[in-house]
Amino acid sequence: MAKSSGRTLYDKVWESHTVDVLPTGQTQLFIGLHLIHEITTAPAFDMLREKNLQVGFPERTFATLDHVVPTDMRARPFLDSQAEDLTQALEKNTSQFGIQFYGLDSDRQGIVHVIGPQLGLTQPGMTLACGDSHTSTHGAFGTLAFGIGTSQVRDVLATQTLAMDKLKVRRINIRGALPEGVYAKDVILSIIRRLGVGGGKGFAYEYCGPVVEKMNMEERMTICNMSIEGGALVGYVNPDATTFEFLKGREFVPKGKDFDRAVAYWSSIASDSDARYDDVVDMEGSEIEPTVTWGINPGQAVGISEKLPYPEQCSDPEGAKRAYEHMGWKAGTPVLGMPINVAFIGSCTNSRLSDLRAAAKIAKGRRVHPGIRALVVPGSAAIKALAEKEGLDRIFTEAGFQWREAGCSMCLAMNPDKLAGREICASTSNRNFIGRQGSPGGRTILMSPAMVAAAAVNGKIVDVREHA
Amino acid sequence: MSADVKIVKVSGTGIAVRGNDIDTDRIIPARYLKEITFARMGEYPFYDERFDSEGKPKTHPFNNPKYRGASILFVNKNFGCGSSREHAPQALFRFGIHAIVGESFAAIFAGNCVMMGIPTVTVTSAEIEELMKLVELDPQNRFAMDLDAKTLSYGERQVRFDIPDTYRNALITGFWDSTSMLLSNLDKVKKIAAGLPYMTGFRG
Repeated sequence: MAKSSGRTLYDKVWESHTVDVLPTGQTQLFIGLHLIHEITTAPAFDMLREKNLQVGFPERTFATLDHVVPTDMRARPFLDSQAEDLTQALEKNTSQFGIQFYGLDSDRQGIVHVIGPQLGLTQPGMTLACGDSHTSTHGAFGTLAFGIGTSQVRDVLATQTLAMDKLKVRRINIRGALPEGVYAKDVILSIIRRLGVGGGKGFAYEYCGPVVEKMNMEERMTICNMSIEGGALVGYVNPDATTFEFLKGREFVPKGKDFDRAVAYWSSIASDSDARYDDVVDMEGSEIEPTVTWGINPGQAVGISEKLPYPEQCSDPEGAKRAYEHMGWKAGTPVLGMPINVAFIGSCTNSRLSDLRAAAKIAKGRRVHPGIRALVVPGSAAIKALAEKEGLDRIFTEAGFQWREAGCSMCLAMNPDKLAGREICASTSNRNFIGRQGSPGGRTILMSPAMVAAAAVNGKIVDVREHA
Repeated sequence: MSADVKIVKVSGTGIAVRGNDIDTDRIIPARYLKEITFARMGEYPFYDERFDSEGKPKTHPFNNPKYRGASILFVNKNFGCGSSREHAPQALFRFGIHAIVGESFAAIFAGNCVMMGIPTVTVTSAEIEELMKLVELDPQNRFAMDLDAKTLSYGERQVRFDIPDTYRNALITGFWDSTSMLLSNLDKVKKIAAGLPYMTGFRG
């Protein structure tokens, strides 16, 4: 029985992974799992070679391909020679340093934040780092997970540790229950809207309360995924029966008696009932409606029934003006009915089976609106296979959506999936930054998978609750 | 364990990029992350804000010859939010920026900067406004940042800035390039690792 000691999960995991206090005052933190992909790692391996260093714990790093992967034609060499070079570099580096690599020929390939949980690599009570800001996704399991830069990737490769500063912890309690047609994506967009895109600076976010407890693991991942969009390096949910049920039987999860011991340990690292928090925020789940962004950061969001805010109503009026300039929209107009050109369902935020099911439910028996380009990009090869097994691919293709291979795709457009010119995209991804989807003039509206599917078939932003 | 270059003082002229929440996609568009090394990143900072689709220069401080040679960048709130790409500070550094003064910085960006030996220091809104105006009024104004004293001096004036103690220590002691410092603890690392139940698959 875990003794109540007033500690959060964050405190406990931090403590158990602390190696030392460094001369700089930073903590040397052991990293239990390191995930890498083709983009932010090549220079890190070069730095190792320059310093004549080895990979300290090669069995604790796993690699896959996701950012530059084409989602239509996967034949090698890739048409994009830069994508091919990055892929070859990762192949060479992982083979030279003895790191497990899941390439395009593997049924384990996929977006790094999708495959970690899917394989059971991501586990409660671990520290996890990856050269990608959406590493916070893994916090859904009660994992202390965060994004790092390339020099830090070098440090993890060489030492399996990082020099870190401890964060404060803010508890975000979502009370009540979500109304029908309101999803995890709407919850996290509402949290960021309320606390701001920089509001989480210096904090880890602990998401809790009845709404979060009721969520399945995929929904919790959507919430934790976007912690960094609220400025929080880390976001997590305390592990519970839902977590253990999800993990049971997965490839890298212990079996039999070992699993029972794991569950006992995982239970012990959850925040104590009398844990002390640096800040507490309460929100009411029943007040959240389908939420969409209107600007150039994820905090610039409104409920579907609202009108676009006037700059002077915003916390950063200059930023709002800049957003309207880019979007070409006018304050005071309703967000409902705004036309779109492209619909994208995918990304580490919303590309899992339940996301695809929610979108397929809306798409079923309908047609993508004429002139709209609509893409569905599963988060991993395994999710693609599962979706096809239950016929989701046919629902999408019969409705006129393109059904693609797994990758990051149009979330950041490092592969051939890009917006053109001033196109407006209804997107399940995580960032509506200027130029994010591959065109400097392109525009992104973030929303849930069901809302994107509804927008695709209507050619404009609609309230999914009226189109179920 | 050996300390690298100690960074205590940075001095030079300034350049201001105004606006809150300037994300790393704006600092460096994702397509440049497809280059396999950081070598050419200095050509790309703020690329899509500096050049139109035909490559013609737009109005931007980084295009303005009067700021050429500037080494201290002045910014507003939450600078460097979004993607963890180290390419962003690499692009700024290779363009010639050796220190950044702002109202606040996003966590991963600030962490990347310190790993590269770039101080990111904060001042108040009123102070940053005054500093930006000063830079824009006369780009020849010189600034001297002293991390030991936590001061930024210009002309006869001086402003005190904040920087997390650990970042400051890392920079002024030369341990911002942290690998050797971390490696020197390898025995302790192995000991901690051995005590974590998942490292042995929870075997009894």
